[in-house]
Amino acid sequence: MADDPADARMRTIRARNRALLLVLLGLVALFYVLTFVRMGGH
Amino acid sequence: MNELPTTAVAPRLDDGAGAAVGDYVQILKPRVMSLVVFTGVVGLALAPGHLHPFLAAVAILCIAVGAGASGAINMWYDRDIDRVMRRTAGRPLPAGRMAPGEALGFGCVLAVGSVALMGLAVNWVAAALLALTIAFYVFIYTMWLKRRTPQNIVIGGAAGAFPPLIGWAAVTGDLAWGAIALFAIIFFWTPPHFWALSLYKADEYAAAGIPMLPVVAGKCETKRQMLLYTLVLWPVTAAPWLLGIAGWRYAAGAGALSLLFTVSAIRVWRDDTDRNARQMFAFSLAYLALIFALLLADSGIGGGR
Repeated sequence: MADDPADARMRTIRARNRALLLVLLGLVALFYVLTFVRMGGH
Repeated sequence: MNELPTTAVAPRLDDGAGAAVGDYVQILKPRVMSLVVFTGVVGLALAPGHLHPFLAAVAILCIAVGAGASGAINMWYDRDIDRVMRRTAGRPLPAGRMAPGEALGFGCVLAVGSVALMGLAVNWVAAALLALTIAFYVFIYTMWLKRRTPQNIVIGGAAGAFPPLIGWAAVTGDLAWGAIALFAIIFFWTPPHFWALSLYKADEYAAAGIPMLPVVAGKCETKRQMLLYTLVLWPVTAAPWLLGIAGWRYAAGAGALSLLFTVSAIRVWRDDTDRNARQMFAFSLAYLALIFALLLADSGIGGGR
């Protein structure tokens, strides 16, 4: 069955948004842990 | 040599959705990134001193992202010649799956982000080296040397040789002869590695207007140069042992691998077909990975020193 171009377009955009969300959450977690490590656990 | 062929067809971006996640991953050149990360890890492991494991992981992440940023900006700049070569025509930009501005913006954001994170989280010496690596690859290799001289990958190879220095500097905050030795191994390995590839892709490089050595000086001279570089790698790969950062097990393994690499170059030199060049290209990847794996294993064993 042929893929609807509008559906394919939406899927691409949705996947990209999810990837961006994961990256942002990853950065939040990274800076959170980094702060503790750089402060030496105090 | 700067003139590009006119056969290139402008890509089309017609669905308006922009590039897919996979395309963003692809322009980071993940295969190149994996070798860069591995050599960076070895630099971290061999450096004297201690770095918190989390900060070490952040340093490796920054090296990986910085390498990916270089790859993305390289793909943005080289999108015209990538379209001409079969090996690269399927990349997101020449295939029309990604707009040039997307790749450039993505690469620049990652470059700035990786350098800033390295500086804030680890130290600014490692961050400066990472910035230098990205700038060297983008401005010196991609924009200046690649389309102008057959020595492009000789000088440009320095960009690929920086990661162990960055890893080392992440731990110590400075550089030492041991780090320079790791740099030298990759620097002298790069020419025979890329020339093996360019021997059997010479037609494509010529069509794209890239003055690789086989295109400019011929295959015979290229094979001679490749053999010379494999001989230079004997003392260069022995340097970590001579400097005391690796033990006799590493020295023995590196000697055996360098012997095989030289034998591979001799086979290429004596053979007019592409078969041996392809085998040498494949072996060159294994050679570098194994040399650095030996260094890593030796740093863990320790007792052989």
